[in-house]
Amino acid sequence: MIGALGFTAPWLLLGLLALPILWIILRAVPPAPVRRMFPGVVLLLGLKDEEQISDRTPWWLLLLRMLAVAAVIIAMAGPILNPEARDQTASDSPLLVVMDASWASAPDWRAKISSLEDRLSQAGRDDRPVALLRLTDPEAPVFQAAGTLISRLTGILPEPWEPTNAMIAEATNILPEGDFDTLWFSDGIARENRAPLLTALEAKGSVTVFESPRSLYGLEPATFEDGAVQLTARRLRSGPEQTITVQAIGPDPSGNETTLATQDLSFAADVLDARGSVEIPAELRARIQRFTIAGSRGAGAVSLPDDTLRRREVALIASSQNREGLELLSPTHYLERALEPTADLIEGGLTDVLPANPDVVVFADVATVSEGEEALLLEWLEKGGMLLRFAGPRLAASDVSRSEEDALMPVRLRAGGRTVGGAMSWGQPKALAPFDAESPFFGLDIPSDVSVTSQVMAQPDPTLASRVIAQLTDGTPLVTRKRVGQGQIVLIHVTANAEWSNLPLSGLFVEMLERLAVSSITATPEAADLAGTTWQPAKVLDGFGTLRDAQNLPGIAGEELVTAALGPDLRPGLYQGEDRSLARNVVTSATELTPTQWPDRIPVEGLSTSRETPLAGWLLALSMVLLFADVLASLALSGKLRGARVASLITAAAMTMGMPDISHAQTDDRAAIDATSELRLAHVLTGDDNLDGLAAAGLKGLSDVLYFRTSIEPSDPIGVNLETDELAFFPLLYWPITPDQPTPSAEAYAKLNTYLRTGGMILFDTRDADIASFGTSSPNGRKLQALAAPLDIPPLEPLPQDHVLTRTFYLLQDFPGRYTGRDIWVEAAPADAELIEGMPFRNLNDNVTPVIIGGNDWIGAWATNASGMPLNRLGTGFSGERQREIAYRFGVNLVMHVLTGNYKSDQVHVPALLDRLGQ
Amino acid sequence: MTQPLTLRRDAEIAASTLPALLAKADHLASGVLLGEHGRRRAGQGDDFWQYRPMMQGDSLRSIDWRRSAKGDAQFVRDREWQIAQSVILWLDQGASMQFAGTKDTESKASRARVLMLAMAILLIRGGERVGLTGFTLPPRRGEQQILRLAEAFSTDDAQDYAPPEARGMIPHAKAVFASDFLGDIDAVEAALAKAADRGVRGVLLQVLDPMEEAFPFEGRTIFESVGRTISFETLKAKDLRDRYLDRLNERRDRLQQLCRATGWQFNCHHTNESAQSALLWMWRAFDGGAAR
Repeated sequence: MIGALGFTAPWLLLGLLALPILWIILRAVPPAPVRRMFPGVVLLLGLKDEEQISDRTPWWLLLLRMLAVAAVIIAMAGPILNPEARDQTASDSPLLVVMDASWASAPDWRAKISSLEDRLSQAGRDDRPVALLRLTDPEAPVFQAAGTLISRLTGILPEPWEPTNAMIAEATNILPEGDFDTLWFSDGIARENRAPLLTALEAKGSVTVFESPRSLYGLEPATFEDGAVQLTARRLRSGPEQTITVQAIGPDPSGNETTLATQDLSFAADVLDARGSVEIPAELRARIQRFTIAGSRGAGAVSLPDDTLRRREVALIASSQNREGLELLSPTHYLERALEPTADLIEGGLTDVLPANPDVVVFADVATVSEGEEALLLEWLEKGGMLLRFAGPRLAASDVSRSEEDALMPVRLRAGGRTVGGAMSWGQPKALAPFDAESPFFGLDIPSDVSVTSQVMAQPDPTLASRVIAQLTDGTPLVTRKRVGQGQIVLIHVTANAEWSNLPLSGLFVEMLERLAVSSITATPEAADLAGTTWQPAKVLDGFGTLRDAQNLPGIAGEELVTAALGPDLRPGLYQGEDRSLARNVVTSATELTPTQWPDRIPVEGLSTSRETPLAGWLLALSMVLLFADVLASLALSGKLRGARVASLITAAAMTMGMPDISHAQTDDRAAIDATSELRLAHVLTGDDNLDGLAAAGLKGLSDVLYFRTSIEPSDPIGVNLETDELAFFPLLYWPITPDQPTPSAEAYAKLNTYLRTGGMILFDTRDADIASFGTSSPNGRKLQALAAPLDIPPLEPLPQDHVLTRTFYLLQDFPGRYTGRDIWVEAAPADAELIEGMPFRNLNDNVTPVIIGGNDWIGAWATNASGMPLNRLGTGFSGERQREIAYRFGVNLVMHVLTGNYKSDQVHVPALLDRLGQ
Repeated sequence: MTQPLTLRRDAEIAASTLPALLAKADHLASGVLLGEHGRRRAGQGDDFWQYRPMMQGDSLRSIDWRRSAKGDAQFVRDREWQIAQSVILWLDQGASMQFAGTKDTESKASRARVLMLAMAILLIRGGERVGLTGFTLPPRRGEQQILRLAEAFSTDDAQDYAPPEARGMIPHAKAVFASDFLGDIDAVEAALAKAADRGVRGVLLQVLDPMEEAFPFEGRTIFESVGRTISFETLKAKDLRDRYLDRLNERRDRLQQLCRATGWQFNCHHTNESAQSALLWMWRAFDGGAAR
């Protein structure tokens, strides 16, 4: 054992003594020479080697071989890094493993279990019986063989709650008899109830605590304030600045779980909590199922949103607004004021808002709806909608629900309604009667000043009593309710404004709306509010923070739901009530997260175990590498390894490793500089080598002509690959058409369209004017139509006689190439262009035509070889040369047109042009 | 005692190379346009050389009457002196000539043989007498001599570096020596001195393998002569390259210097070059020598 290194067979290391002998033997063996037959040997006789390379093995080669041999010897001796100490003070008393097994243990549960497994194996080797006690789920520990417990380890999981006082007390009670040592796997969170248990354990024997030094994160329930979701995260141990990411997870429209939003929260240095807010659209917000801290396991890193996060969508439908001004008299004014802070209001026609599937539709004094609307409303009600109706003068005056109960009314109404306490009536304004226990409003305080002066009256019916949920002191119904399918219709027998009652002015109005779940509750309800209700668990969290179906867990009483500590009977999760849901989260603002402070006498160990690492394999591999190096070196020494070959191999390897990116970027830049440092004509590469060569030669010929005759001095033409090359560098693209050229990709078309829109010009040449006039169905013409279809090309017309292209440099009326077809198409002139008095030109100050389409094979006429001689024969004799000259003149005009635009179209030039035209 | 059977077999083996060698040499020789090979001075021969006024001592029979009738003086018609030359050849058949640098290149010996035999064919067709130095095959005319030369060239010498055979030199004859001249230079010098003494002029053709010019060796190497009589060991062959090439050039310079001193001509031929060029050079050098 040397430091952290141990050997299984240390005596083998004596073999290292043999190394010096090996050194001497190996030294005497020189590398074998090559024998070569060479007649010139006589000339060599008498020459001496300049460098005295010894014919013995060079020392470094020897060293290499020695190292290889030494590595083998050491490997055989079985070296082990961090050998487990087997001579610890062995105790043979039983071993009790106490685990907190709370949600806070979950993040490094795996490390805990593997650490525990190590200890248990050790105990197994020492023949110590072991037992396990989980404080979150105390069961009487039974000492058993370590192997039995090890086999059960995978089934031991953390619970999503913390050990409560009751659990600790039970654990203390069920501690086994007799002395034992204790290993306590702590979750790192300080709890008051640890001390008594520790005392009890220490009475039985030694206690060792295992605790992860890592920090722990908890996520508080998200709240909704100021239009944004407020997130708060906390950590167990203060430390440097740190950022965590919180993810909002929920189903996407197709139902698959996805991350709907993320927000980074930053802990400032030495601060224990981090806050942040994220604005999430209401539609997304409603879909959020949970918030989690990315990369953190455990129920503490998950928070479940309930209705507090969800804002109901309320559609307000008022009768036609025929009143000007008087905001306070608007039937919906008080509703808007009451609902705005807690609900999303939708306004619009009924048929417009129903497809948005609002939670609540409010009718403020709306008497009748059309039949179609009624059907839609009923369908929506069946699926759980809530229709909240307010009475008013219109409803009172209408015949709705008079003799027959209307489908959209909870009760029949008596004609006219009644007014009490007014100037023209007997009696006092009526106050509200206390709410019944069955009423959803039960428990709300009724302010004494709330009174009702007018109301619509319900027709006494057998069903009336069951439908009344609030009434006046005289027993007349104030609020009635009818259930329709999963939804309900609620009628409030007064107006939504203060005309009939001052109820909308009171705080009771808001509370009643809350109870009706029209508006959302913003704070967690008090226990008293929930008294008597029963909540059914819908989804519960396990210790690792995974959301599971509650299956057949029993319901929880409302007051317990908010007050009781989490435990096996009240698991963290989402609980479903009558109209809404409530979430119990593991970490709340009240949860205390403080690190444990163990007494000094208790040894606290981290979870990191230094595992035994056998090194033999590594050493053997090392010796193989050394021997391989030796082979290479020996070859090199005896001249059998050609330096050039090795170098080329290494270079090739280097080339394939890192070079391509750099070289690619460099060539990109170089190409751009090449293309832009001088004017260059460009042609589209068609993939047909002959044609591309001809296009290059043709543009080269034209470039030369331009160079000699005009002030345009283009550099050599360039071939452009539409897929990969930047087009913006070229003023003109020559595009020869072949029937079999590839169609550019969508991206290439996007580039081409940008090019055309930003002032580029493409000259399409079908090169078939000898056999087909343009537009007929020659293969090239069809291909051109296919190629140009996705291009953004304006309306075209055959080149008019007064087009600026006829006079940009030369005065031309024919535009021959190798062929002398007449049809050349350019962008159509505006229809309102007028002939100017006494001039042969129309007033055309239009832009440069983005495309020119023809079939005269101009490149064929322009093409020259390297020495400037034309490549193709044109016509016969002088007329052919004349045709070539005109073709060149067309090319000059074309490039001039591209570069100068409509300059020659300016009427300033007309006198000079007329002069030259002889008119 | 030689068994007739083995003698026959050996003879067949020896003869089997002859037709190939002959064909090659013939083919090579056919590339050279054979001109009449006169002495460029008046003498015995068939071709007209010049008319000259009759001088004292000319017999009347030698007067060309047709020419003389045009004027008052008598003219004599001279013919070009055409006399057969004796050409003696020496081909190095030592073991060193059998070296070929790579599998693809011809050995020096076979290249030298073809060149020498082609030269012999050209000379014999030009009417010269061709033979070998020494006493084995004195110069003779006729196609038969070509066969004899071919046979003589087809033997190999076991000796590593054969010294030039300088015996039996016919005075004022022409000579062709072909070898790699890597052996003892003193023997070459002595042979050339002897030739110069006898008035023999000729051509030295050094045939080398490209590998002998390049010396592309590296690392620890033992170099051996082809006959394995000489060996040389080096640890770093690459370092020797420059010095080896210096020595090779020095050798070549010495040969050239010897040639200048004795009126011979020198050329170096590499087996990777075309045989035709070497033959043409030899023929031109030889013809030029004949004019002098």
